[in-house]
Amino acid sequence: MQNNLFDIIIIGGGVVGSMIARFLSRYELRILLIEKEADLGMGASSANTAIIHAGYDPVPGSLKAKLNVRGNALFEQLSQELGFAFERSGDMVVAIGEEEWPNLLALYEMGIQNGVPDMRLFDAGEVKRREPKINPSAIGALWAGTTGIVDPFQATIAAAENAVMNGATVLLNTRFEDFIIEDARIKGIKTNRGNFRARWIINVAGIHADAVMHLANSNPTFKITPRRGEYYVFDPADVQINNVLFPVPSAKGKGILVTTTVHGNTMAGPNAQIIADKEDTATTAEGMAEVVSGAQKLVPSINPRYTIATFAGLRAMGNAPCKTPGVDYHADFLIEIEPDIQGLINVAGIESPGLSASPAIAEYVVELLKEAGETLKEKSDFNPIRPARPRFRTLSHAERQVLVQTDPAYARVICRCENITEAEIVREIHAPIPATTYDAIKRRTWLGTGRCQGGFDMPLVTRILARELDISELEVSKRGEGSRFLFRQSKDSQESDHEA
Amino acid sequence: MKHNYDVVVIGAGPAGLASAIEAKKSGADKVLVIERDREPGGILLQCIHNGFGLHTFKEDLPGPAYAQRFIDEAHALGIDFLLDTMVMEITPERQLWLSSARKGYFSLDAKAIVLAMGCRERTRPQIRIPGMRPAGVFTAGTAQRWVNVQGFMPGKRFVILGSGDIGMIMARRLTLEGAKVESVLEVQNYLSGLMRNYVQCLEDWDVPLRLRHTVKRVIGKNRVEAVEAVAVDEKWQFIPGTEQMIPCDTLLLSVGLIPENELSKKAGVSLSPVTGGPIVDQNFQTNLPGIFAAGNVVHVYDLVDYVSEAGNQAGHGAALFANGTLSKPQKSIKVNAGRNVRYVVPQFLDPRALKDEAVVLQCRVTQPIEEDVWFEVRSESQSIVRRSDRYARPGEMVSVKLTPSMFDDVLKAGELFLDIYAKSEA
Amino acid sequence: MEEKSFICTACPMGCRLIVRLESNEVVQVLGNRCKRGENYGTQEATVPKRMLATTVRAHGGIHPLLPVYTSAEVPKAKMQEILVILREVDITCPVKMGDVLLKDIAGTGVDILASRDL
Repeated sequence: MQNNLFDIIIIGGGVVGSMIARFLSRYELRILLIEKEADLGMGASSANTAIIHAGYDPVPGSLKAKLNVRGNALFEQLSQELGFAFERSGDMVVAIGEEEWPNLLALYEMGIQNGVPDMRLFDAGEVKRREPKINPSAIGALWAGTTGIVDPFQATIAAAENAVMNGATVLLNTRFEDFIIEDARIKGIKTNRGNFRARWIINVAGIHADAVMHLANSNPTFKITPRRGEYYVFDPADVQINNVLFPVPSAKGKGILVTTTVHGNTMAGPNAQIIADKEDTATTAEGMAEVVSGAQKLVPSINPRYTIATFAGLRAMGNAPCKTPGVDYHADFLIEIEPDIQGLINVAGIESPGLSASPAIAEYVVELLKEAGETLKEKSDFNPIRPARPRFRTLSHAERQVLVQTDPAYARVICRCENITEAEIVREIHAPIPATTYDAIKRRTWLGTGRCQGGFDMPLVTRILARELDISELEVSKRGEGSRFLFRQSKDSQESDHEA
Repeated sequence: MKHNYDVVVIGAGPAGLASAIEAKKSGADKVLVIERDREPGGILLQCIHNGFGLHTFKEDLPGPAYAQRFIDEAHALGIDFLLDTMVMEITPERQLWLSSARKGYFSLDAKAIVLAMGCRERTRPQIRIPGMRPAGVFTAGTAQRWVNVQGFMPGKRFVILGSGDIGMIMARRLTLEGAKVESVLEVQNYLSGLMRNYVQCLEDWDVPLRLRHTVKRVIGKNRVEAVEAVAVDEKWQFIPGTEQMIPCDTLLLSVGLIPENELSKKAGVSLSPVTGGPIVDQNFQTNLPGIFAAGNVVHVYDLVDYVSEAGNQAGHGAALFANGTLSKPQKSIKVNAGRNVRYVVPQFLDPRALKDEAVVLQCRVTQPIEEDVWFEVRSESQSIVRRSDRYARPGEMVSVKLTPSMFDDVLKAGELFLDIYAKSEA
Repeated sequence: MEEKSFICTACPMGCRLIVRLESNEVVQVLGNRCKRGENYGTQEATVPKRMLATTVRAHGGIHPLLPVYTSAEVPKAKMQEILVILREVDITCPVKMGDVLLKDIAGTGVDILASRDL
C-alpha cells in the first residue's frame, strides 16, 4: 500500500460507514474506509427489513428518534442522486382487537412528539380496503406516509461508490487490529494489511464496535449485545401483499412485520433473540415458528410452504444512555467524539432505525467534526451523482433491445428466475468496489434470490467470476475467505484436495 | 433464421427434441428449437449414467448418447436451432420474445408452441432447513453439472438428503470420483426413487441409507462443517434424542423436482396445483389454443423414454394445429385422480381426438402399495378398464391405456376416475 | 453350502433373491418371480456385473470432460482397476458418439465408448 496517510479512517463498510464516507467525500479530506469482509454491507446492512421507518417508534428525545426522522427525509433525494431503489410506500401499524387500540394511540402520540409528518389513523374499513388479506379482526391502523422501502445493499454500495468517485479509498478484506496511539493520541490503526495513519478514526464497526473502542480504553462500560432476528421471504407468485404492515409494538420491539419489498417480494420477520455468539447468524426452527405465527397475526393466509429464502441478522444492541435530560432510555445510539483520547469518533449501538437514520448519522458525524474544530472545505468538483447501472429485468422489450445493442452480453440471461444478465454481472465484478464473490454479485444484482436460489446460475457465475478475475474456478468463493465452492478438478487425485 | 415458424419448441432436452422431430415428420415445415444452453441435449448432457433408451432403442444408453440420437435426427430433418438463447415471454397469441447474445433481443411468431422447459430442483429454503448458510449446500443437479460437465468436485465428504434418483445417482458418481458419501437420508419410510438405483448406487458402493431421517440443521459459517441428522416419525416430526452430528463439507439436496412454468404462468396457461405443470389434454394441448407442453414441464417423469413419447404426442399435435387440422376442444372429458392417486395426466380428454389412436393415462400413487394392485379407469358408475401389477410405488409412474374399443364408454361417461388399490381391498 | 441374498434389478419390481451355492456353483435361486430373475440371481451370485459410466479427461473440445460408458457389463471385481486406467486417459477431440476409445478394458473383453460427440 503506497499511500497510508489519510485524514479520516472509517472502520466498517456497512450502510452507515458508507454513508459517512459519502458525506465526508464532499470535503477536501483524504478518506479511507476499511471493511474486514470480502464485500461491503455483509453484516446487519444486508439482513434487515429494508424499511426506511417514519420515526414514530423510537423513544422521544433519543438520538435514535431525531436521526430516524431526519434520515427518512433525506432518502428520496439520496436515492435519486445515488441511483438506488427506494419507494415512499407508507406503512400501517395494524391493531388487531380493541385491546391494542390504546397502544396504537400511544404510538401516534410518540410520532407527534418525534415530529413525524403525514400520520393518520385508519378505521377497520380503510385498512381492509388497502390490504384485503389483513386479519379480519383488524380494528384500525396508524398510517405513516413517509415510510419507505429500499434496497439496502444498493444503498450501501452506491454511497461507497460515490465516495470513491469523489476520491475516497475503500479497502475490502482489511481487518482492524489495533490503534496506533502516540503521545496519548490516536494517530492511526493497524490492520491485517498494514498500518494506516489519520487524524480521525471513525468506529462504525457494527456488532464489533465495542471491542474496537475498548482497544483505546474508550467507554469501557459500553457493551453490544447481539440480538438475532430471523426473516422469511415468500414467493411473490403465491404471497402478494400491497403494504408495509406492522403489528402494534410490544416491550420487545417493533414486532414481526409483513412487508412488501422494493423488488416485489413479500417478507416476514424479524423475531428477537438475545444470543452470545457474535458470529451466529443461524436460522432456527423456533425462530421460523415465531415469525410465521407473528406474520399470520397480520396476514392469516401466509403459509410457510411458500418460503423461497431465509436469513438472519444480528442487531448491535448497545447500552448507551440517552443524553437528553429526563429521558430514561438505555439503548440509544452512541455517536460522539471520545472525550478521553483524541482522534476517535464512535458510531455504535446502531440497530434499528440504523438504516433509516444512516444519512442523518453521516450528517451528524460531519457536524461533530466541525464542532471539534475541523475546517471542512467543500470540493469544487464534488459530484453527488452516482448513476445506477442498467438493470435488464426492469426494462421493457424496447428498452432491452436498445441496451443489448450497447453490449450483447446484456442479452445473455444467467439467472432465469430474476432475469439477470451476464453484462450486469461483469460490470459488478469490475465496479469501483469490485464484487469478487458469488454473494456479492447476488446482493448487487439480485441474482439467485428467486425460486431456484442459484441452482441454475451457480456454475455459470463461478465460471464468469473466474474468467473476469483471471483466477481458477477453484478459487471462487461464496462470501470470501474459507467459503470456496469447489475442492478440486474431478480427475485430480484426492491428495490434491485444497483447503477450502 | 426466420421471423415466423409453424412450430416453436422451447427447450432442447428430450421432450423438446422429440417434439420438434415429430412435428417435422407430421408435416410442419418450419420448426425451431430454442435452448438456453450453448448446445442441445438439456438435462441429459449431465446424466452420464446408463438407463436411457431401454424402451425407445432397446439399448441401455447413457443420457448424452440418448440425446445425441435425437440431435442427429433433428439436424438431418432440417430443424432450426437457436442456442444460447432465453425465451423471455410468450403471449397467448403465440408471439415469443427472445434474448440472445448472438442474435440480439427480438420477437418471433409461431403457429404452435411446445413448452418443454423441464423442471428445477426444490431448494433448501423451500424445505426450511435451519442453521447457518455456508458454502457447500447444493442441489444434486447443480453438483452433477459441476462434476460431469465442468469437471469439478464440489466437496470431499458428502451427506445427501433425499433418496430420489438424482440423489442416489450422485452418491455413486461422487464415490466413483473419489469422494466419501457418508449417508443418504430419506424422510419417508420408503425409497423415493427406483430400486435399481438403490442396488447399483447405494448398496454397491456401501453408502448407508437411513429412512425416516432428515437434516435438523446445517453447521458451519463459511463452509459446511457438519449436518445434524435426526430421526422423524410418520408426521415428519423430529424424534427427540435421536440427533446425530455427521461431519461433512457438503450437503446435497435431492428433495424433489418442480416443473419450470414461469413462462407458462405469465402467458396465462392454467397450471395444476398438484403437478405444478400445465393442465393438458391427450394431445398435450394446454388451455391456450396452439400452446402444447411435454416432458417434465408437465409432470415429473421417471424414464426418459416416456418423455420422448410425450414429446411425440405434443409435437404431432402442434404440427396439426399449425396446419389447421387440430383446433381447441369445446367440450372436454375430465380425468380425475381417484383412490390413492396423486395426479393423472392428461387431466382432460378431447372427445374429438378419441378416434383410432389409444390414449395413455399416466399417474403416480400417493403411498407405496407392496402387494398386487388394480389400476382402474371408471366413470361414476361403471368400470371401463382395469389392469393389474404386483405393486405401486410413488417413485414409478404408472400408465394405463385406453384403447379405441373403450372410447364409446369414455364418451358416454363424460368424466373419468383413475383408481389404484390393492386387490385385497377390491 | 453358501447362501447369498440380494435385490434383483432385472425389472423394477425388486424381488429379494436368495441364491444357494455349492462349491461356487449355483444350485438354487429362490424369491424370483420370473426367469429373468433366476438368470440375474445366478449371475449376481457368481460373477456380479455392472455397466460403468464415468467421465475422462478430454482436450480440444468444448468441455474438459468426455462422458464414457462400457459397451457391456463388466465384473464388479474389475471396477477399481478400470477406474484407475480411465483416470490416466486424456482423449483428443473431436470424437463421435459410440467411438471406441479403449478396447478390451482390463482384459474384460468390453470396450469403452464415447457417450456423445465432442
